[in-house]
Amino acid sequence: MSGVLLAPLAAAPVIPDFGRGSTCIRDNKLFCWDWVQSNWGGTLRPALIQHIELTLIAVVVGFAISFVLALAAYRWSRLEPPVGIVAGILYTIPSLALFQLLVPVTGLSRTSAEIALVSYTILILFSNILEGLRNVPADVRDAAEGMGLTRWQTLWRVELPMALPTIVAGLRIAVVTVVSLATVAVFIVNEGLGAPIYAGLQNAFKTELIAAGALTVALALFADGALVLLQRVLTPWARTARS
Amino acid sequence: MNSANTAQAEGPNAYPSAAPLEFRNVSKRYPRSDRPAIADLSFSVPAGEICVLVGPSGCGKTTAMRLVNRMTDLTSGDILLDGESVTQRKPAELRREIGYVIQQIGLFPHQTIAQNIATVPKLLGWEKDRTQRRVTELLELVSLPSEMGDRYPAELSGGQRQRVGVARALAADPPLMLMDEPFGAIDPINRERLQNEFLRLQAEIRKTVVFVTHDIDEAIKMGDRIAILREGGVLAQYATPDELLARPADDFVARFVGADRGLKRLTLSQLHDIVLLDVPTAHVGDAASDARERAAQRDADELVVLDGGEQPIGRLPVARLNGQPVSADDADPLTSTASRETSLRDALSLVVADRNRPLVVLEADGRLAGLVSLELISAALRPADGAGSPEAARGAQR
Repeated sequence: MSGVLLAPLAAAPVIPDFGRGSTCIRDNKLFCWDWVQSNWGGTLRPALIQHIELTLIAVVVGFAISFVLALAAYRWSRLEPPVGIVAGILYTIPSLALFQLLVPVTGLSRTSAEIALVSYTILILFSNILEGLRNVPADVRDAAEGMGLTRWQTLWRVELPMALPTIVAGLRIAVVTVVSLATVAVFIVNEGLGAPIYAGLQNAFKTELIAAGALTVALALFADGALVLLQRVLTPWARTARS
Repeated sequence: MNSANTAQAEGPNAYPSAAPLEFRNVSKRYPRSDRPAIADLSFSVPAGEICVLVGPSGCGKTTAMRLVNRMTDLTSGDILLDGESVTQRKPAELRREIGYVIQQIGLFPHQTIAQNIATVPKLLGWEKDRTQRRVTELLELVSLPSEMGDRYPAELSGGQRQRVGVARALAADPPLMLMDEPFGAIDPINRERLQNEFLRLQAEIRKTVVFVTHDIDEAIKMGDRIAILREGGVLAQYATPDELLARPADDFVARFVGADRGLKRLTLSQLHDIVLLDVPTAHVGDAASDARERAAQRDADELVVLDGGEQPIGRLPVARLNGQPVSADDADPLTSTASRETSLRDALSLVVADRNRPLVVLEADGRLAGLVSLELISAALRPADGAGSPEAARGAQR
């Protein structure tokens, strides 16, 4: 499918499907709903699904790595500075540069895109998981230890559940960041909503750009809202604490 | 997991309710510290008694308590729980058999009250039904409505949270409870209520309790025995509250218990601990001559006037008997009375307030019990030796 998409890109006609479309398309209006309808199944929907995949993989892998790192840094606090510095450097590398840096190593592949996306989640997720754990009040930890919970039981039954609001807050930032950054991944792999955005940038017909951009924003908002709901369900106690 | 515990039958009485605790030459040194935190500490707590560790800050009282459940490990010596060294036990397993209550309570905010209370039963692998029943039982024991089980800690008041803390510590019916300033963060009125509630509870459950406080009044109130520690974790005196107040071992203890230790001793005893004075009585309508004769027999200069239901209604000086039958109008109304539960200290206060006149003491049903005088109270203050002492009487009663 990417090959199919790349061919018109290379030819770069000013208006795609010129001559076969509606008056809106022929007059090159700012936004043509009928174009969206006729290209939904062929272009936008597959791009949206790819975008969700890119995001999910990046966030899940990023979370797994950050989780392990945060637990280690929580247990051995000496680990925090080195992990923090590396994650910080990764976070500050401009995304375009990072994508390009990875190409000689992992090629023009989805792997390259995912590595870059994952590296942007680590600083946020690592810091939030660690902070969530550290914010557990000392008396709660003392009571857990005093009642005979092992370190592991304290972590899973007390510290992590109590850190959930902070962890979910980190996840929300990470997800929104990745949804937006994943559009840039089009420079190394022609997948996701970045593809129609890029295609739209190449010509004067703006509907494709606007539709794909709007889908990206909608996806980010939807994912953020879903996480808010998830947190409400998982932490009923946090609501009563506030009231 | 402790199979001996999980295999027990239902109900609190099926568990070992209390175990003796012994500190044997216990020392604790922290690395990079020239002074020990605990120095050669030895004392033993009989099963079912409350031992209060008290002393100024920095005396190591909390450290001493935390050595028992191995939250801190001792450097030398040994601590025996029910004759068994705690150092031979796995810390987590040991702790599940020891109730733990701290000042900040440390309830799990993400769990309901019921889940909080069920913490140790869950660790011990109790069945759901049994845990559920135990939670209901414990909420009742600490006077909380059972609906509170579904609430979260943030929805409770400080006093309610502290009750939950105690219930949680009692969940698996541990033979020993460690309590670190459990009522320290509660306002004075609620603190007193919680102290009284805990003493009532303890009379029922009779746990061995190690109770840490910096407040000597709380120590005197709560303790069957008190260990006073001085800086550096040295035991200054280990004694019953009465002995501590009557015979402080040295200047440090005397200063720590305070110059008013004589009065503090009075709080240890109640009127039912002493033999009250007999007082002549007269019923309304009795002949004056009879009443006068009865007073003369006891060498008393006043009578207590009773109504038809044997309830005291006033005090009548013999001098006012003027040939007319005894009448309530002639008697002085009873302005202040005490009950058998009144502490000697409160009784003293009432006597002094009434210009040292002996105080009328009533039984629970309102009948006359007798009188208490200044002389009786001061006699009770004589240093305690054996059976006749207020402390011995208190011990027997508890």
